[in-house]
Amino acid sequence: MAATATAPGAPTSRLGKAATEFDDRLIVAGPVRRTLNKVFPDHWSFLLGEIALYSFIIALLSGTYLTFFFDASMVEVAYDGEYDPLRGTEMSAAYASALDLSFDVRGGLFMRQMHHWAALLFVASIVVHLLRVFFTGAFRRPRETNWLIGVVMLVLALLMGVTGYTLPDDLLSGTGLRIISAILLSIPVIGTWAHFAIFNGDFVGTEIIGRFYIAHVLIFPAILLALIAVHLLILVKQKHTQFPGPGRTEHNVVGNRLFPTFAGKATGLLLVVFGVCAALAGLVQINPIWLWGPYNPAQVSAASQPDWYIGFLDGSTRIFPAWDINLPGDYTIPALFWPTVVVAGAMFTVLALYPTLERKISGDTAPHHLLQRPRDVPVRTSLGAMALTFYFWLMVAGGNDVIADKFDISLNAMTWIGRIGVIVLPPIVYVITYRICLGLQQHDREVLEHGIETGVIRRLPHGEFIEVHQPLGPVDEHGHGQLAYGGAPVPKRMNHVGGARRAIRGFFTPIEQPSAVELELRERRGLPSGETTRELTSSGRPSDGGRPSDGGRPSDGGRPQDARD
Amino acid sequence: MNAHDTRPGSSGGADTPGPLHGGPDADYTPEQLAAMSREELDLLGARYDGVEVLHVDPGPEPGSRMEKRAVRQVGWTFAGAGISAFLFLVVYAGSGWFLPEWNWATEGTTWSAMFNPLLGLFMGLAFTLAGVGLVLYTKKLLPHETAVQDKHDGSHFDRVTTGATLVGGLHNSGLARRKLLTRSLGFMGAAFGLMLIAPLGGLIKNPNTGNPLGRTSWAEGVRLLRDDGSPIRPGDQQPGSLETVFPAVPGGNLQSDAATMLIRLRPEQVAADRPKEGQEDFGYGDYVAYSKICTHAGCPVSLYEQETSRILCPCHQSQFDVTQGAKPVFGPATRSLPQLPITVDDEGYFVARSDYIEAVGPTYWNRERI
Repeated sequence: MAATATAPGAPTSRLGKAATEFDDRLIVAGPVRRTLNKVFPDHWSFLLGEIALYSFIIALLSGTYLTFFFDASMVEVAYDGEYDPLRGTEMSAAYASALDLSFDVRGGLFMRQMHHWAALLFVASIVVHLLRVFFTGAFRRPRETNWLIGVVMLVLALLMGVTGYTLPDDLLSGTGLRIISAILLSIPVIGTWAHFAIFNGDFVGTEIIGRFYIAHVLIFPAILLALIAVHLLILVKQKHTQFPGPGRTEHNVVGNRLFPTFAGKATGLLLVVFGVCAALAGLVQINPIWLWGPYNPAQVSAASQPDWYIGFLDGSTRIFPAWDINLPGDYTIPALFWPTVVVAGAMFTVLALYPTLERKISGDTAPHHLLQRPRDVPVRTSLGAMALTFYFWLMVAGGNDVIADKFDISLNAMTWIGRIGVIVLPPIVYVITYRICLGLQQHDREVLEHGIETGVIRRLPHGEFIEVHQPLGPVDEHGHGQLAYGGAPVPKRMNHVGGARRAIRGFFTPIEQPSAVELELRERRGLPSGETTRELTSSGRPSDGGRPSDGGRPSDGGRPQDARD
Repeated sequence: MNAHDTRPGSSGGADTPGPLHGGPDADYTPEQLAAMSREELDLLGARYDGVEVLHVDPGPEPGSRMEKRAVRQVGWTFAGAGISAFLFLVVYAGSGWFLPEWNWATEGTTWSAMFNPLLGLFMGLAFTLAGVGLVLYTKKLLPHETAVQDKHDGSHFDRVTTGATLVGGLHNSGLARRKLLTRSLGFMGAAFGLMLIAPLGGLIKNPNTGNPLGRTSWAEGVRLLRDDGSPIRPGDQQPGSLETVFPAVPGGNLQSDAATMLIRLRPEQVAADRPKEGQEDFGYGDYVAYSKICTHAGCPVSLYEQETSRILCPCHQSQFDVTQGAKPVFGPATRSLPQLPITVDDEGYFVARSDYIEAVGPTYWNRERI
């Protein structure tokens, strides 16, 4: 399209001309407008995945910085850096360079701690994001693919964590590595072969840090980046889910356009996540590797703990009974195999297959874009609560020595508490969650049918006391609400339906007139501004709702229930 | 369409732009668009993208008290972010210049202890304030609109036409009929796949050659050394004590499987001692030596409680009883700690009588067979 300077609508400003020149060459105006106009639903829980993305960016940037100084070599060197207590100690070049970047590089410690905090936040936000998706049913058709990608990314994030934890080659990371080695060895048939392929020989060899390094800085991040791109592309293509609410259907998205509202909020969140990580990096010490000392296979510190996200595997390993399986021919399946490889494998397999399982069992194959409230799907919610209990109980078991120490409980008792709890607690939690879901459902229905409890007690002429109920919508001749439950939160307090006027703005001094607020409120409700008396008149009970205007009560004009008139 | 192209290399066709545009230019002439206001154009474009703006809460009225207040808030927040970023620079670049040195170890000043927290504080404040400022901006100064965008289902037309193109290509290739081609392609694909992963074979090492998992540096006559390299005589240790010892070979104290615990039993422990069958003579007097590498996951078992004769592994809390041949008595470990047969050489120092008679460390598939 050849635009001339005289054509109507041709740009006159320099910026406009530049933009036209740009579009003449690339023809992007259409796609850019479509992107800017894209509507995103607005709910706090939709930001959890964003937090994961942003913390990954931080980890990527700070990790790149660390590679400038880190030397992934297991050559023994004598430390000669700034840190006095270790000077002269024999250690691997990896540990020495990790110490150097903490003590001899200006701001290096800050970046290292930022990297560690961002990594912890990354895994944490993935897990919370996953829980949001699970409990609201956002994984249902057509989003099963993205669920699967998400689970793979969670596993990759854990692998990133494990390899990264190993790199500094301090005593703690070496202990972790030794356990990784034992887990590899425990795999039946191929265990020793797998171990020798990965470690290039018996534990610990001279290769493993270098190999973990390339996995940590290239292989896993590259796969993660590709999967993040696919995850986001699918999200954009399928559009975001939304909670049910006024005007929201399976065929639309209600919210803000990308530009400027959503972009502003998302960038704000990005900056806040950066800020939180930076503050943690400076103010809260994490993994002070110089205190652990270099790795020595003959040493270990008490209360050695992995990072939080591996805690559940540590816990399952601690409480699993000593059950080697001896097979004919003098072959052994070591007890260690079950709580590590099998438990982790089973957990992630079930997680990955859950959407398929639910679809098969429930028979619900329809596409869904509206989310569910957890209470409306009690079986799934209870299963989730059960799985969470299992997970957290294993995590508690992973800290059983610390708990035993701090609370002066026998260590063996803690182990038994872990063993019994992991079997007994999940079913109990299932039942309790199921009952809670049903109770919440029932209460929603009750409020829809009988109205909100107002707290106003009225004495009827014959002496009966009733509580006045505020119906939420039209009522039938018995005073029962006729609104059906729509999967959205039901207001349960008068304030939720405008029973109180909103607060006057202003922190120290009011910056608006209270009378103006009152007027605005009335205007919004469509009340005549002259009306001053408002009274609630129905208990919502059949005995009361049938006679809405007797007993000397004023007629109910202007109430939310006026749709019945 | 009617202009016949005669340029060399061209096989004909029109050299005029086709009727396709990105947008509905045919419906909206430039004159019509020029007559519309910016807001109308915005909504028009949105509608074309399937977006309906339902409702707009305008931002605060220009010049109102609320606007001024919000602008002040946002402005101060951004200014605070800028100041924090600047202070970060001051701390980062100023340390060792006009501020004290930042290094921890030199002199260990208050400033060196404050350096890292200050960096975190200022960068954290800078980013957080910038983010908060942006959110405040969006919430308090921008109009709040509620927009609805339609979701489109897959188009039947698209499916049918795409399918026709794909199936047409497959049909023309004739792969369905030309079985030889399909088979040779399949064979080629499999061979290529194998060829591409074959170089990974370089990673594979046979774990059974020379039994590296089952052997350590201990051998007949190898002295037991402390971590500092000094040998040990009977009588050096108090009854009830434990010492970690290593084989007297170069780098012996860094070997992953060789670490051994030399324990001197107390008299009542000696009385209660029930060594493993066939290993009654592995000890020397009231001394016994057991591998320090846990048979569960390979951590060093380090915590010896001599009153109960128990050794505890701090990783997964396996417990071994020293007076019962280091048998596991609680926790996830399944096997006893291997016992090192020891004696005393001509000079009166402890030496090993041989290597461990079984594999040290975690259990694996064919451990019993080697």
